[in-house]
Amino acid sequence: MEVTVFWLLAVLAVVGGVMVFRFDSMARATFSLLASLLCVGGLVVLLGLDYLGIVIVLMMTIEMAIMAVFMVMYMMNPAGLMPMTMMHNKKGAAVVCGLVFVLLAAGILLAPWPARRGKAPADPTMELGMSLMGPQMLTMMTLGMALFATIVATVVLATRRGRYDRLGDDLRARRPEDPVRGGVGR
Amino acid sequence: MTLELLLLVAAALFCVGLFGALTQQSIVMLMMGLELMLGGVILGAAAAWHYIAPAAADGQVLIVVAVTAMALEMAIGFAVVTALFRSREVDMTDMAAELKE
Repeated sequence: MEVTVFWLLAVLAVVGGVMVFRFDSMARATFSLLASLLCVGGLVVLLGLDYLGIVIVLMMTIEMAIMAVFMVMYMMNPAGLMPMTMMHNKKGAAVVCGLVFVLLAAGILLAPWPARRGKAPADPTMELGMSLMGPQMLTMMTLGMALFATIVATVVLATRRGRYDRLGDDLRARRPEDPVRGGVGR
Repeated sequence: MTLELLLLVAAALFCVGLFGALTQQSIVMLMMGLELMLGGVILGAAAAWHYIAPAAADGQVLIVVAVTAMALEMAIGFAVVTALFRSREVDMTDMAAELKE
């Protein structure tokens, strides 16, 4: 049973990944990527990491929903009503990717992998939490800072008005010129 | 189901994503390639944790890092596309070449 599920998820993950770049419709491409990443989440669950697998499934579902909105916003042919291609250097890229796969496969098949050491804890999620709050605290703090920096950076990049728009060319305006009043004391 | 098989699937996902990242002209499609590559990394890390060192949590931590990288890449990528589109009405990598100057 486990083997059947593995093969099903593995084949679907790779085929879904390939179809992302073959569909003309942006919505189909997005849902194909979603299917591929859901299969990755399923494989992670199959390996005994239930919590991380479910996190991947939930995160990817939301992420791809947002991706679909952006695809419709920016792509010139979101419905895929006419054939189109948006690729460059297809042959060169195929050669590079083929070579990378051959190298990776050779490494995977020829490397003397170490034998399994220890056995999985009864609750891997607890183990992960203890690790992130203990020996891997620096990793957790770095991720936290990266997430915070991303929030600030995305707001700065996505906003239409910069500080020069608000406070004038020399930034000396006493009151910022905002379209809507708000904030502390304004 | 063996370690080698899972790593081969992960490598296939990584290479399909790499193909997309190298060939796609649209920045949004390029980001989809990067997502697939990170999906391959996640699967590889999970397989390594399960088959090599399940007692240590390091493989799980690597998955957390990769999942976070996926979220950050999407957020920053969409913000960059929005800023680029707003200033130049461009969402293609070729037309954004002057960014390097």
